[in-house]
Amino acid sequence: MAGKTLFEKIWDKHVVTKVDGGPSVLYIDRHFVHEVTSPQAFAGLRDRGIQVRKPEKTVATADHNIPTLKQDQPIQDELSRFQVNKLALNCEEFGVPLYGLNHKWNGIVHVIGPELGITKPGMTIVCGDSHTSTHGAFGSIAFGIGTSEVEMVLATQTLLQNKPKTMRINIDGELGKGVVSKDIVLYIISQIGTGGATGYFVEFAGSAIRNLSMEARMTICNMSIEMGARGGMIAPDETTFEYIKGREFAPKGAEWDKAVEEWRQLPSDADAAFDKELVFKASDIEPMITYGTNPGMGIGISKSIPTFEEIEKSTQATFKKSMQYMDFEPGDAMIGKKVDYVFIGSCTNGRIEDLRAFAAFVKGKKKADNITAWIVPGSHQVEAQAEEEGIRQILEEAGFEMRQPGCSACLAMNDDKIPEGNYAVSTSNRNFEGRQGPGARTMLASPLTAAATAITGKITDPRDFL
Amino acid sequence: MPIDKFVKLESTCVPVPIENVDTDQIIPARFLKATTREGFGDNLFADWRYDKSGNPKKDFVLNDPTYSGKILVAGQNFGSGSSREHAAWAIAGYGFKAVVSSFFADIFKNNSLNNGLLPVQVSKEFLEELFQAIEKDPATKVEIDLENQKITLQPNGPSESFDINPYKKKCMLNGFDDIDYLLNISNEIETWEKANS
Repeated sequence: MAGKTLFEKIWDKHVVTKVDGGPSVLYIDRHFVHEVTSPQAFAGLRDRGIQVRKPEKTVATADHNIPTLKQDQPIQDELSRFQVNKLALNCEEFGVPLYGLNHKWNGIVHVIGPELGITKPGMTIVCGDSHTSTHGAFGSIAFGIGTSEVEMVLATQTLLQNKPKTMRINIDGELGKGVVSKDIVLYIISQIGTGGATGYFVEFAGSAIRNLSMEARMTICNMSIEMGARGGMIAPDETTFEYIKGREFAPKGAEWDKAVEEWRQLPSDADAAFDKELVFKASDIEPMITYGTNPGMGIGISKSIPTFEEIEKSTQATFKKSMQYMDFEPGDAMIGKKVDYVFIGSCTNGRIEDLRAFAAFVKGKKKADNITAWIVPGSHQVEAQAEEEGIRQILEEAGFEMRQPGCSACLAMNDDKIPEGNYAVSTSNRNFEGRQGPGARTMLASPLTAAATAITGKITDPRDFL
Repeated sequence: MPIDKFVKLESTCVPVPIENVDTDQIIPARFLKATTREGFGDNLFADWRYDKSGNPKKDFVLNDPTYSGKILVAGQNFGSGSSREHAAWAIAGYGFKAVVSSFFADIFKNNSLNNGLLPVQVSKEFLEELFQAIEKDPATKVEIDLENQKITLQPNGPSESFDINPYKKKCMLNGFDDIDYLLNISNEIETWEKANS
């Protein structure tokens, strides 16, 4: 009998039962909840007169709507304030633990899960947010769900799910200078497109992945949804165990040893078969930047935007619309393009390593006058750590200001909106039209590329400084 | 809670021949602050549909009286991006009962099915034929027959069959919802929990 993949091992262990000719009933180990996609689900429970089945397997935080300045004061935006308050009321009514605004553990849901040691290998994890795939970096099955499904999990701790196909993406070799995990994932998406992994659960493997830190791995799994994947995952190894050990909710003592022993069994067996395998070379990847209005429209920073003729005929209308929105010409070089805003943060690149990389780059340099920079830590713990390591001071000396944690300009539900027509180099995950504010023009890139751009005031290859 | 039943639908269509329509276009994030499921239809495709002052943009299809109907026909990879179910609520809230495309993003497809909105995946060629037929004659009707899993350009075809999970098909035909199903097997879930704790 052929061996099993990492995905299959976890999936099979969590199937409660299977509907005849239909989906599986999948047991969920951990359910993360936030203010935007949960109110209608809690209302559904109330209408049905039922409780949250396992409040202890549920954890809530407020992140999407919250301001990144003056968090100690009431939220100014009425609708945001109402939604954040609603979450607190719902959590109280249904007994769900809440790390709300100003709680020391508050932060972006996909940042706090891992940093608190809640996210662990072998788990099934869901949240009403597509970037739940982030948690797959620990070797867990983690994916985003809609609000009806949030209600399902609150009510039953299970989900009806069709088993997705499996894909393995191997990236082998050494990364070049100035190339980081964000570039790897933007590169993969540029190669296979935003629907390239639809219907699949992706395992990222290969030496380039193995050599990454946990935080860098999270950046890759985070954006697996941008290639259409149901989720992304990376086999747990010593790097994973080392990261989890000692964290708030990590197993302790004998429990720890037992857990690690189990986690060691999780990686895909050598003879496991995937429905699809792709191979990329790390040496082919350079710092990446997007030029269009979906994350698949990315190129190496030294390259030019494709010409009209280079675009497949069926996609030309979409490409043209994209170019009009960005006000770019096909064939344009990206380097040297004018930029107005730089955003560092989000569940993609708002962790301490991202702030460290940005700070190390700008240390002793000065922010360009034409750039407005928003540097938003992913959580209060990240903020505190940045403070402790002197990162805030380095940033301030270089003319940057660090704000308070939250999702911020990634989706601009709070006041952090890029003004219409302005260009932003953003370390977030989506460059859709209007994503960072109505009419905002987003170019996705790594924290290093964002740092180089913040210093020069225009799109700049970070390797020029290294 | 029961969802709307879907058995057979014959309707004119509203074409959006754009690829990779993401959920931020279907319903921009700033409209996600509501705490009920109602009212999202008013902001469906908000940034394509209204100008800065909130006036309808004449060139967008939802503002063009030539086109109307209960079927939205869209370019490939429809619904990519965020998991927001608000996208399905907005489309259903506007009055659509089905979305036809040659490719759907996973989460959007699930969300639609959970709200009685039928995603119908057709071949690229069939989609192209639909777009052309609608462009030629906006009064063109399309029939979607869920029982027989068949979509037909009226009156004389062509037609194509489409896939749907048998369980989801039963739910749509009968208006069943997943939570009712799962609540009914709570004993089984409890037994599993005991065996796996």
